[in-house]
Order: sequence, then C-alpha cells, then structure tokens
Amino acid sequence: MSEIPILSILIFIPVVGIFFMLLIRNNDDQSSQNLKHTALWITFLNFIISLSLLFSFDLNNPDFQFVEKYAWIESGISYHLGIDGVSILFVILTTMLVPICILASYESIKFSVKEYLISFLALETFMIGVFCSLDLVLFYLFFEGGLIPMFLIIGIWGGERRVYSTFKFFLYTLAGSVFMLLAIIYIFISTGTTDVETLLVYNFTTNEQLILWTAFFTSFMVKIPMWPFHTWLPDAHVEAPTAGSVILAGVLLKMAGYGFIRFSIGFFPDASEFFAPFIFSLSVIAIIVTSLIALVQEDMKKLIAYSSVAHMGFVTLGIFTFTVQGIEGGIIQMISHGIVSAALFLCVGVVYDRLHTREIARYGGLVSKMPFYSFSFMIFILASLGLPGTSGFVGEFLVLLSIFSINTYFAIFATTGVVLAATYSLWLYRRIIFGALIKDDLSEMFDLTRREIIIFLPLIILTIFIGLYPKPIINIIEPSTEKIVNQIKMKLD
Amino acid sequence: MQSLVYILPELFLFIVATVLLVTGLFLKNIKLINLLAIFSLLVTVILILNQPFQSAFLNSFVVDEFSLVLKIMILIGSIASLIMFVSSKDDLNINIYEFPILIIFSTIGMMVMVSANDLLAMFIGLELQSLSLYVLASLNRNSLLSSEAGIKYFILGALSSGLLLFGISYIYGFSGNTNFNLIAVNINPESLGLIIGIVFVLAGLAFKVSAVPFHMWTPDVYQGAPTPITGFFALAPKIAAMGLLVRFLFNSFGEIYIDWQQIIFFISIASMILAAFAAIAQTNLKRLMAYSSIGHIGYALIGVACFTDEGLRSLLIYLMIYLIMNIAVFAFLLSLKRNDGYFENISDLSGMHKNHPLRSMLIALIMFSLAGIPPLAGFFAKFYIFVAAIESEMFFLAIIGVVASVISAFYYLRIVKIMYFDEPKEEFDGSSIKSLNLLYYPSSILIIIFFIYPSPVINISEYAIQSII
Repeated sequence: MSEIPILSILIFIPVVGIFFMLLIRNNDDQSSQNLKHTALWITFLNFIISLSLLFSFDLNNPDFQFVEKYAWIESGISYHLGIDGVSILFVILTTMLVPICILASYESIKFSVKEYLISFLALETFMIGVFCSLDLVLFYLFFEGGLIPMFLIIGIWGGERRVYSTFKFFLYTLAGSVFMLLAIIYIFISTGTTDVETLLVYNFTTNEQLILWTAFFTSFMVKIPMWPFHTWLPDAHVEAPTAGSVILAGVLLKMAGYGFIRFSIGFFPDASEFFAPFIFSLSVIAIIVTSLIALVQEDMKKLIAYSSVAHMGFVTLGIFTFTVQGIEGGIIQMISHGIVSAALFLCVGVVYDRLHTREIARYGGLVSKMPFYSFSFMIFILASLGLPGTSGFVGEFLVLLSIFSINTYFAIFATTGVVLAATYSLWLYRRIIFGALIKDDLSEMFDLTRREIIIFLPLIILTIFIGLYPKPIINIIEPSTEKIVNQIKMKLD
Repeated sequence: MQSLVYILPELFLFIVATVLLVTGLFLKNIKLINLLAIFSLLVTVILILNQPFQSAFLNSFVVDEFSLVLKIMILIGSIASLIMFVSSKDDLNINIYEFPILIIFSTIGMMVMVSANDLLAMFIGLELQSLSLYVLASLNRNSLLSSEAGIKYFILGALSSGLLLFGISYIYGFSGNTNFNLIAVNINPESLGLIIGIVFVLAGLAFKVSAVPFHMWTPDVYQGAPTPITGFFALAPKIAAMGLLVRFLFNSFGEIYIDWQQIIFFISIASMILAAFAAIAQTNLKRLMAYSSIGHIGYALIGVACFTDEGLRSLLIYLMIYLIMNIAVFAFLLSLKRNDGYFENISDLSGMHKNHPLRSMLIALIMFSLAGIPPLAGFFAKFYIFVAAIESEMFFLAIIGVVASVISAFYYLRIVKIMYFDEPKEEFDGSSIKSLNLLYYPSSILIIIFFIYPSPVINISEYAIQSII
C-alpha cells in the first residue's frame, strides 16, 4: 500500500483547479485564453500523475491497490478507494481524454469559457471517482454527479436541439439510475455494508440476486446504452459540442461497462448466468440493428453514435460469457472504443469547425485539400471497423472467440455486425474524403493545424500500438480478470 | 413558579415581543426593531441550549432533545426571514414595524407546538402560530394578491383548526385524557371513536404541513404573500407542524400505528406525485416553490410512516437539509430585483448566467440539490429517507418516491435550462442584496460541501430522536 493517497489526489486536483478558475477573471479574449491554458495544465498534470500509477502498479497482484479507506457517512459506508487491473486503464483513459478535450475546445468554445472549463474539471473528478470507488454509495455519488456537468455542457454549448437532447439525456439516465440507488440501499440494509470488497465475497440468495441484478441492469443498460434504450445517445451526441461527444463516447459509456464487470457479475453471478442469454440477444440485436441504422444516417455524428451502440454490444457480449477472454476482450474493446470513437468525434469536430455542418452530403473529396486529416481519419475508421493491426481488432477478436465457445449462433450474428461495421464506416469515409472536390464551399478548407495534430498524434500512436502489441495491456488486465472469473466460478458451484 | 423556568425561552420572547410592540409605536426606526428582534432570537437560541430537560405543567409541556433541536431549527428559519425582511422591506411595501413582532409571536407558537405533550397545549401553540401567519400573509395591504392570500389562508386555516378541534374532542371523549402519555396508557385499540379523532387531527395537521389533499391553499398563499413571508412559511411552520405530528402520533398512538400509518402512507404518496406533476406547468417561481415544498413534505412523511428510529432520524435529516435549501432559494428569489421591481416569473431568469455567473452557478446547484442529484445535500436527504423506507420494507413507497423524484427533476432542470440555455435579459441589481449574502453564501456552501463531512447532521438527528423512541 502506498503512503501517498494518490487516487484522492487524482480525484481532487480538478476540484482544486475549479477554485483556481473561479479566481481568474473572464472578461476579454486574453483572459479566456488564460483560463484555457490553466485548465489544460491542470488536467495535463493530472494525466502525468495518473501515469505514475502505471509504474507503481504491481502487475502480479490481482487485488485492489493504492487502497484508501476512511470513515465517511456511518459504519458500513466509507470513503474507500482502490484500483485493480480492470479499472486502472479506465482511470488513465479518462485523464488522457480530458486534456485532449480541452485542447479541442480552444477555438470552438466562444462564450462562457469559464463555466465550460469548470464543468469539464468537475466532470473529470466524477469520472475518475467512478472508476476508483470501492463503496457503492460513493460509486453512485460519482456516477450520478457526472450528470450535472454533462447536462450543462450539452445544454449550453450544444447545437440547435440541445435543450431537448440534454433533457432526454439527463432524465433517461436519472430514471435508470434511481433503481440502482434503491438496490444499493437494500444491499446496505441486508448486509450492513456497501463496501465492494466485502460484497464481492458475500453470497446473496438467488431471489435477491434476480431483483438486485435487474435494478443495477436498468441503470447500466441505459448508460452503456443497450438496445432498445439507446435513443438518448444519438441525440446527445449530435447536439453536444465536440469535446462533449468525445467524453461521452470515450468515458461516460464505459462507466456502465465497468459497472457490469465489477458489480453485476461480481455480486450477482447466479442472476447474471440466468440473464446471460437475454443479454446476448439484446447485444446481438443492438449490433445488427444499430449497424443497419448507421448505414442510413446523413449526419456524421449520428452515424458514429449508432456505431458506438453496436460496439458496446460487443462489450456486453464479452462480459457475460464469464470467461477470461471475454471479459478481457470487453475491457480492451472499451479502451479501444474510448480512444477510437473519441478520435472519430474529434475528426468530425475538425471539419465542423471549418464548415459548420455535420451533413455528410455537404462534404466530398477532402483528400485533395486535407491529406493529413484524411490519413488520421482513415486510421480511426479502420480501427473502428476492427481491422487487424488496430486496437479495434484485439477486443472484437477476443470477444468473438469467447462467444463462439459459448454459443455458435450468437457468434455468427455478432460477426455479421463486423461486416456491417466495415460497410458503414468505409462508406462514410468514401463520401467525405474521396470523390472529386466539386462543392464550392469546400475550396476554402485547410489541413490540420498544429494544435489539431498534437491532439491526434497520441491517439493514432495508441491505436496502432494496442493493435500491434496488446501484450502490455493484457498483462495489466489479466490477473484481476482471472480473479473475477474464479470468484464467479466459486460462487456458482 | 418552578414550571416557569422550563418555558423561559418562550417567556423571554414573549416579553421581548411585547416591549418591542410598545416601543415600536414611538420609535420609528424599523431597522433597529428588526435588529433587536434578530438579537433576541439569537439570545433565545442560547437560552434553549442551556435549558434543563424536564416536563412542566403536569407534563403537558416537555423540554427534551427533540424539542431542543426543532426549536433551534425554527429559530434559524425565523432569523433568516427577518434578514430577508431587512433587505426588501422598502420595495415590497411591507415597511411596517409589526413584521418582526408578528414573526416572534408566531415563533413562540411554534416553540410551544414542538414542546406540546398535551392536546390543549398543542392547540394553543398551533393557534398562536396560525393567527400570526394569517396577518403576515396579508401584510401588503395594497396588493390584491396579498389580501387574497391572507383571506384564503384564514378561511381554510380556520376550517382546519375546526377539524383539528373536532378530532381533539373525539380523542378526549374516547380516551378520557388530553395528555399524550396518558392517552397512550389508556388507549383502547378497538375504539372506532379514537380512530375518527386521529383522522380529524391528522387532517388539521396535514393542512399545516400542506400535504395533499389539504394543500390547496399553498400555491396561492405562497404566491400572494410578500416574499420574505413566503420564505417564513416555507421554513419554520412546516418544521414545527412536523415535530408536532411526530410527537402526537408517536407518543400517544404508537400502539395503534397500523391504523394511522396507512393515512400517512397515502398523503405521502399523494403529495409526492401531485407535486411532481403540478409543478411542471407553473410559470411563477413562488408557486413552483409551493409545489416543491409539497413534494418535499411528501418525502419527509415517508420518515413518519416508517414508525422506526431510522425513519425518525431520516425525517430530521430531511428537515434540516430542507431548511438550508429553502433559505438559499428564498434569499435567491429576493435578489431578483431590477429598478425596485421584483421578478417572480421563471421566464425572468432567462439567460441570467451571462450577467451573474456566480449567483447562477450557485442557484443551479441548489436546484440540482432540490432535485436530489448527488453529491449535493438534497441527495443525502432523500438517501436517508429511502434507507428508512426500505428498512421498514415499504418498497412501494420507496419506488413511488424515486419515480416522483425523477419526474420532479424535470421542473428543477427547467429553471436551470432557462437560466443557462436561453437568451439573456437585462441585468439584475447587485447592490441591495448585501444582507442576503449572509443567507445565500453560507447555505449554498453548506449544500455543496455537505457530502464531505455529513456526520454532524446525522449526529444531531440521532441526538434529537432519543427522547421520542
């Protein structure tokens, strides 16, 4: 156990940052530039600190590390933090994406800069908190708290139908989550604690499991999102500012996937096993249906949003196979999707900043004007459709492998989704990048600026690195995943 | 004579009020009288803290941990509304020196209510409180709305007092006692008359806490009364009536809780659901807050319905957080001022975050807190209520509670939406709200940082309930 409360530091640096920001004036362009720089440095500092986690992380230890535990509300509900192989990558993904988001908003956010940056810093606190908390009440606090800044980010700096979208986002997720709250309270009363470590070895009766599982599932299903409760996601993505979409696709959706791994299958293995075919069916439907929907989209962001739902279908498929491969595949798929879809939304943001439209038909032939842009876009499109050698392949492959060992039919249907993904992704790329540059307003387009290259570079490197050499990632994930799978097997027997 | 010591705080306030009433005739300085009133309320807090726990007047007036905590909450509410009065008295046309004095009288009534352990003491406290409130509601004589509010409140209030008295007579008739403890000793669980009595008394009390179906007066009175008085309505009397309700039900009818539990169960559900839906259509902020308070009372009543330690504890936690949140909201309402005119419509808030970033940020957080979104204080209030409900296996109540809280999130969000997403209007004044900052900043900061260290509130409520169960 390390003596420095490094997780608390990670969580609260953005909060300290908020106080800094409140002290800085915001009345002219110069001061709003200063604000952006400050926020960028704070979040970058946080990223550096989070990298130190990687170095002091013990790869052979499947248990929680960097544990902090203090008395908080009352006996049984404590301030308990800790990460293991499952969560550490999500923490780093979060700390990496937030500075990128802030950098991406340098030009596009013109008004209320201070509030915008404060919202992002608050959001970072909540997101890191979700992945670090080892207490259900604390988890719920962070899980729901993130709604407030996200509501504001979509609502204030979003597009035309932002009010509708942000209300839909907020109320949908809130309605899903309150049942999880009731389930948490029930767990607290029947076991006397909400401590995750204790609960992971606690045995609930089968009836309790079925009800509690359903309550947790309602929350995560809406958040991840699964078909048929995914409709808030395209709306929220389309209307959110670029950075909002990035964080939504990159991190917020992963909270639910993480919740499935940590809580749903960890606490309620019997119920999970019972419901697994149900989850498989929903996932497969999601993969195929949303891919088909993605095919007909005319809005770039909407297309990528629907593809997110399909990708998350693979995640749930993998998790509920209860195999090491499946869960690992789910985690890698989430990490990869966190990088790739975030990058795709950034790609959309780049052209949106120039032309102020997301309509696919307005573009075409950009390759002759924007070669660097076309190159980066291609990498991410290929990663998104799961080309071998990119990060998207590793996760999907592991998931398909594991599901094939469980049920061939689901595997066959899921594989169709891979083909469909190739179709809509490549077609999107063709319509935007290739063809002749005949539209008049496109002649003004210019290639990536230095700032944009700095944004894309780490994402490209990561995408290819994970794709070619996933070993280090798997080394981090494997011990904890094995522990989870063994625990489930023990409980099931 | 010995007994007088036990009502020292009430006695002290009564003397102060009388003296102020006379001096006010000659002394034209309303600000000074108001300051003296605030000062004497603070002195009362100290007196209450140093009081021995004892019962007086043949056990019809008890001083215990429960009454101590509730009285201090009531006094905080009264002080807050006096501070609101200072900042707005000239503009609201309520520049009358009786205001602080009426508040003090009403406070005495409420202090008697939470200490009452006898049907008659209860009625005396209730009436002293109500009569002052009737006058306060119609204090702005030139305003049609204010007069209407006063009359409406008076007529309906008189009706509810009648019901209450009718119920008291039944209880006395069928149990032969007026003292809560003696009623509990001599209770006959089979007696239908007693049940009828409880129903009528509950109807009267439900009127005072504005629970559905006795809530009809609330929106009109909230809207019509001058804002500092609306603030007072929302803060103190609800807490006092809730304390009275608890003592009445728990001390005297604990044995037949099955019978009254269903009543509380029903009014709690009805309040939560009606408030959640009715508030959606409101355009006036004060009316919206009226429905919001009806909803909050619905949640608080879950704590009563549980009839457990946990329930009572959650009720007190809820009331404390409710008090803090409402102080913040009404201080905020009073700061919506431009060229001596006050704004009460939700649409007037349009885009105010452009001109008042800090104020809007805080009020947005308060709205999220009222909606019960973590990590703000309002979440913990609801959290404890649901813990109590699930512990008593009232799953239905808990589910209705969370569903209603999702629906009511909509109208709180609408305020945030109008403040942040819509086009800005003219700036509001910043100068006249200096004294309001006293209320505004501490309460909003408490709401925001509550989650870091929630134990004081929990400890206080645990301390308070030990004398009831």
